[in-house]
Amino acid sequence: MTVARDLRAASTRATAAPFDVAAIREDFPILRQTVHGKPLVYLDNAATAQKPRSVIDAITRFYTMDNSNIHRGLHALSERATAAYEDVRSKARRFLGAAEEREIIFVRGTTEAINLVAHSYGRPHVGPGDEVLITAMEHHSNIVPWQILCEEKGARLRIAAIDDDGALLLDDLERLLTPRTRILAIPHVSNALGTINPVRRIVEMAHRRDVPVLVDGAQAAPHLPIDVRELGCDFYAVSGHKMFGPTGIGLLYGRADLLEAMPPYQGGGDMIASVTFEKTTYNRLPHKFEAGTPHIAGVIDLGAAIDYLEGVDAAGRIAHEDGLLTYATDTIAALSRVRLVGTAKQKTSVLSFVIDGVHPHDIGTILDRDGVAIRAGHHCAQPLMDRFGVPATARASLALYNTRGEIDALAAGIRKVLQVFR
Amino acid sequence: MSSDLGDLYQEVILDHNRTPRNFGGLPGANRRAEGFNPLCGDRITVQVDLEDDAVKEIRFEGSGCAISKASASMMTESVKGRTRAEAEALFREFHRLLTEDGAVADPATLGKLVVFSGVREFPVRVKCATLAWHTLRAALRNERGVATTE
Repeated sequence: MTVARDLRAASTRATAAPFDVAAIREDFPILRQTVHGKPLVYLDNAATAQKPRSVIDAITRFYTMDNSNIHRGLHALSERATAAYEDVRSKARRFLGAAEEREIIFVRGTTEAINLVAHSYGRPHVGPGDEVLITAMEHHSNIVPWQILCEEKGARLRIAAIDDDGALLLDDLERLLTPRTRILAIPHVSNALGTINPVRRIVEMAHRRDVPVLVDGAQAAPHLPIDVRELGCDFYAVSGHKMFGPTGIGLLYGRADLLEAMPPYQGGGDMIASVTFEKTTYNRLPHKFEAGTPHIAGVIDLGAAIDYLEGVDAAGRIAHEDGLLTYATDTIAALSRVRLVGTAKQKTSVLSFVIDGVHPHDIGTILDRDGVAIRAGHHCAQPLMDRFGVPATARASLALYNTRGEIDALAAGIRKVLQVFR
Repeated sequence: MSSDLGDLYQEVILDHNRTPRNFGGLPGANRRAEGFNPLCGDRITVQVDLEDDAVKEIRFEGSGCAISKASASMMTESVKGRTRAEAEALFREFHRLLTEDGAVADPATLGKLVVFSGVREFPVRVKCATLAWHTLRAALRNERGVATTE
């Protein structure tokens, strides 16, 4: 049995059964444990999602059966590994709705994807006095690479504002799309607020002014259907570990004509066609952007994660997640002294909140003793925290395996916090 | 509330969190340091009026969790009037209480600070409790830059 054949079999399996959260939970072994004597309630999915059994097994199977380097071997293992690796590119193309496989670049994660674009697209296109436009709700990974670029080039980083609910002000964004704007980078879903941005509309605005758009899709991938051609964006980045796959692997989609024109990000093996000491000819897409031996097992495991997500009834999953978010929002909003941060109309999966007179870290510690895992802090979005005038928030973030019972456990934990900090 | 949570959030700590002592700026200060916990973003400024090698007056400002705020508040109370060497020795003793397995809280040395012994059961919170002390030490040693718990 080979991985390649396994993965093909998985991708052609019959239509998914109707969504059943109890059955889904069975797929995630880690959820069966207790923490401090209480059942684990994992609500830190925006930081990283848990892994289903199939993803956990796929990496073992690869190292047990097929481990080999790719794109060079003449032997059976290398052929199998190469086929499995490239098969995931094909799955990823389908998952993101890209036109061609060569538009899919394997990277370490969203952060590396953005750095790649800032470097290989940004450096040749951004000059002194030019502008790079981002939004007030960015994760640091969609701020710092652009800051570095702007500093190097004498360009200006401009920030589109958001309203008090955490929704992007489209008028402001449009105003900031100037003749000097060279690229616009936005999140599909805000990691700290859960706001879903109207990417298609934003892309239309930007394209009217010939500004290409990069979309940080890290938080969207586990929740929303993604179709880069429908969105119209030029670059789209995701992280494997947020979508039930392994850490250290992610995807960059880039429009073929843009990628073709871009210089490589890193030099090394696999990204070359030929090398002499005088001159190197770069490999064709996508290999031009995949220098060195990649995270082969990670790619194959990411394929297992895509299979898992695609094997779940999507409409049922989205209905479950939407229902859960509404239930959680109502439950938390009903608690005294608790204020939700991020109340945009279009939202998914994230509940950031603050409690009057209680620091989020104390909330986190008290909830942890009840087995409830949340994140407390600035969520790598310090400028966003400043926008809302809070040093940090507590953040519960949902995934397909969470239940209403778990939201009740969260609420019980918050009541305990209110009791301690009367 | 489970007993270890009760040990962590003792009434004295909650009280200092609610109404921190020696909170605010100190115009006459001749020693000053800033502390930062990059893990959680807590920031603190400690200002000291050092006279004849002793802490004559001390105040702190900043934002942080209950543990860091209470620790800063109680730190200011316990070092006031002490020499630099005494303050540093107290920090060493306090640190030992928080980090060493089986360390016995000695009220004779630590006074009210023994209430922080419950922090030992919460290793990720040790830095919250020590931030103010790291910052105090930086101020007393006249160190440049921002003190961190790292």
